[in-house]
Amino acid sequence: MKRMRKPVYFTAGYNTVSFGSGRKEFHPKKPRPGLEHYINEAGKGVLEQISDPDSIDEGVIGNFMAARFNRQGNLASLMVNIHPSLQYKPMVRVEGACGSGGLCLTTAVKSVLSETADVVLGVGVEVQNTVKAIYGADILAGAGHYAGERKEGHAYFFPAKFSDRAGACYAKYGHDKVRQAMARWYEQAILNARKNPRAQEYHNRIDDLFAAGMTPPNPRAFCEHINIYDCSKVSDGASALIVASEEGLDKIGIPKSRAVELAGFGVAVADITQPPPDQTKMTTVAAAVKKAYEMAGITSKDVGVLEVHDCFTIGGILELEAAQFVGEGEAFDFVLDGKTRFDAGIPTNATGGLIGFGHYTGGTGVREAVDLIHQLTGQAGDSQVSVPSDRPYGLMISMGGNDKTVVSCIFKKTS
Amino acid sequence: MTLDERLENVAVLGAAGKMGSGIVLLLAQEMARLKVLNPDRSYHLYAVDISEKALDGLMAYLRAQAVKAAEKGCVMLRELYKNRTDLVENYDIIDQFTNDVGSVIRPTTELSMAGKARMVFEAIVEDEEVKIRILKTLDGLCPDDTFYFSNTSSIPIHILDEGVGLDGCIIGYHFYNPPAVQKLAELISTQNTRKELIDISHEIAKRLRKKIIPSNDVAGFIGNGHFMRDILHAVAEVKRIAGTFPGVEGIYAVNKISQDFLIRPMGIFQLIDYVGVDVCQLIMKVMTAHLPDETLESDLINRMVGKKVIGGQYADGGQKDGFLKYEKNRPVGVYDIDKGQYVMFDMDGWTKKVDDRLGPLPEGWSAWRKLLMDPKKEEKLRICFGNLKTMDTPGAELAKAYFKRSEEIGKGLVKDGVAQNAEDVNGVLTNGFYHLYGPINDYLA
Repeated sequence: MKRMRKPVYFTAGYNTVSFGSGRKEFHPKKPRPGLEHYINEAGKGVLEQISDPDSIDEGVIGNFMAARFNRQGNLASLMVNIHPSLQYKPMVRVEGACGSGGLCLTTAVKSVLSETADVVLGVGVEVQNTVKAIYGADILAGAGHYAGERKEGHAYFFPAKFSDRAGACYAKYGHDKVRQAMARWYEQAILNARKNPRAQEYHNRIDDLFAAGMTPPNPRAFCEHINIYDCSKVSDGASALIVASEEGLDKIGIPKSRAVELAGFGVAVADITQPPPDQTKMTTVAAAVKKAYEMAGITSKDVGVLEVHDCFTIGGILELEAAQFVGEGEAFDFVLDGKTRFDAGIPTNATGGLIGFGHYTGGTGVREAVDLIHQLTGQAGDSQVSVPSDRPYGLMISMGGNDKTVVSCIFKKTS
Repeated sequence: MTLDERLENVAVLGAAGKMGSGIVLLLAQEMARLKVLNPDRSYHLYAVDISEKALDGLMAYLRAQAVKAAEKGCVMLRELYKNRTDLVENYDIIDQFTNDVGSVIRPTTELSMAGKARMVFEAIVEDEEVKIRILKTLDGLCPDDTFYFSNTSSIPIHILDEGVGLDGCIIGYHFYNPPAVQKLAELISTQNTRKELIDISHEIAKRLRKKIIPSNDVAGFIGNGHFMRDILHAVAEVKRIAGTFPGVEGIYAVNKISQDFLIRPMGIFQLIDYVGVDVCQLIMKVMTAHLPDETLESDLINRMVGKKVIGGQYADGGQKDGFLKYEKNRPVGVYDIDKGQYVMFDMDGWTKKVDDRLGPLPEGWSAWRKLLMDPKKEEKLRICFGNLKTMDTPGAELAKAYFKRSEEIGKGLVKDGVAQNAEDVNGVLTNGFYHLYGPINDYLA
């Protein structure tokens, strides 16, 4: 079992608005902010919370596909644009598809643990509304195996991958229960998003969310087993935070009460050229979470707040099983019984998750960590859930591809 | 001859017009699909128009629309191109399909180029004599078994059949505007229409994903049979309420009643502008000429055409000014025909005063766009119109009168044998005019 050699803290989180369709101010034909804007907004949002930007030793930026969405590479260099004090400091860009944000976190953690840095600025960003969804699907399909499965794949490549998972679950556990659980998940995501002004679905005013979630799929235009409400939207946005040692917190003037301690983390990567061993299971998520639990020395019973990677409703639900909150095949009833709701046993995705808050792919893992910092330090505003004192841990799952590159982090309250 | 064989040579007359360009787009997509499936065969669509300049614009329009259609239909296109190993991403497939659509089209101003066509779709000016003359010329050039599809929205098909001497090889195939979007095609056959042509017409509709609703061969058919009489009611109402809503107020009020209170996609005067005030006048003339007991004519429409304030669309699809003035395709003013100028909606708060006098919308009201995809649309309409029934504000009274007249017109179309049944009338209005409900209903019963 791996242990961290010293305490590592996360603090000073900042999320931009998740921008895209659904936001009142969004118009596909009007000019929108670009990568630079989001990186700078999120980065400066962090710097405003710390006493001395010069204290930042390193930077890590998580991003998936700026080279195609924005024709921009060398993002580490773009990160320096946040503040002059970052000039000539070590910066690195990491990529693991939609799990890039999670990799950003663990890369920063490793810098602190290796003692090359006491304070690391982590940023996750993606700006995807530069192309229509049908072309964005091409770009996002890069998270799958291009040579092996793109030609045979669906126009909406990743929705179809998770549609296949939904179909397998219908067959194994019964169509109606699974379908209804997915619709409930959507309803819960939007209700949570409506509490958070930065969420992409904050303005969502659909009267009957469950009915919308139950919309029959349209295979001619989209996927066989899922509808558009089962999918996270196309998003622009960024999140940023500080990863620091105890000394680092002192340098930036942050008391421990405004930080969370990393209790454990796990990274698991599976072979992208191989199909999932079981469409009804997220085995790589399970592997990553298991490592995180072992490092933290806890179980799911100790977790009071949860952030899962629900790029699709079915994915979010299956992750509940992979993260050991319920047994195999039990997640659907768990959701239908309301156990993941804002005010229930294990509040999940309190700001809406990827379905409700939005999914700026390469930045989502950082967004999840920022939300858990806010939850565990009581700074979540209207999105604040009750975290019981006997379950002071927050767990997050950041996933790239179809359960291929997964990072799980567990944080705990410092006081 | 099979439909696939006929689709190897097709002509569209009036190809650069509003309706013709949409018909070209639909047919070219189907022909491109056949070309992919049968790479050894040739497919030619002769896009004939009198204006070279308009044909230049047509090609740009078609490319842009073909891209949009391919983007929307990419799920199916990936299946179509599954054997093309060089086409991997959606982008590759959309680009290829767009090129394939373009490659079948032969734009021309020479009618003789269409001489090989086995199917001719005409969408030229709504003028009986012109249609007969052009079709006669083409009949002399094309093979004897060529089938003709007329997009006329008002001229009885038997008049064209007899005038050209096509011996049942012509059928009414009335697309709705814009053809690429509207789901409806009214099919008008006569006693003389060949059965093979009727069968092929249904097959084409399936290929183009259109819903066919049959109409009997009576001038104006179902669509304009309702629309033109709807216009005349609106115009009469403007006159009737002139005492309380004088001048532009009446047009504004009736437009609002027909759009907001009746929850239609646009108000009646906006719809007239969309179709073209002059086109509406022409259709009324044609209908009057062929309907023995009814005169469809409006002084107001005639005056508007006389002043050349006729609406219609620019080449880029933008809305021209007519009864209403438009900015970014949205109404912003009303034409004062006596003063020859527009009175803007935001001038001195007059529209607010009219709105106040009309009174509030019924309880439970939702906008047309919001209800369009609402699974509880029917329930909500019933609640809203149920509340409308109990109201006695000027707006509610006008709306109820409008409702009643629309229903009378619909029932009249069935009684007069234009439509076979109420379902067909309602089908034309919901599929061709994008109404949420048909005129023959029990909402106010």
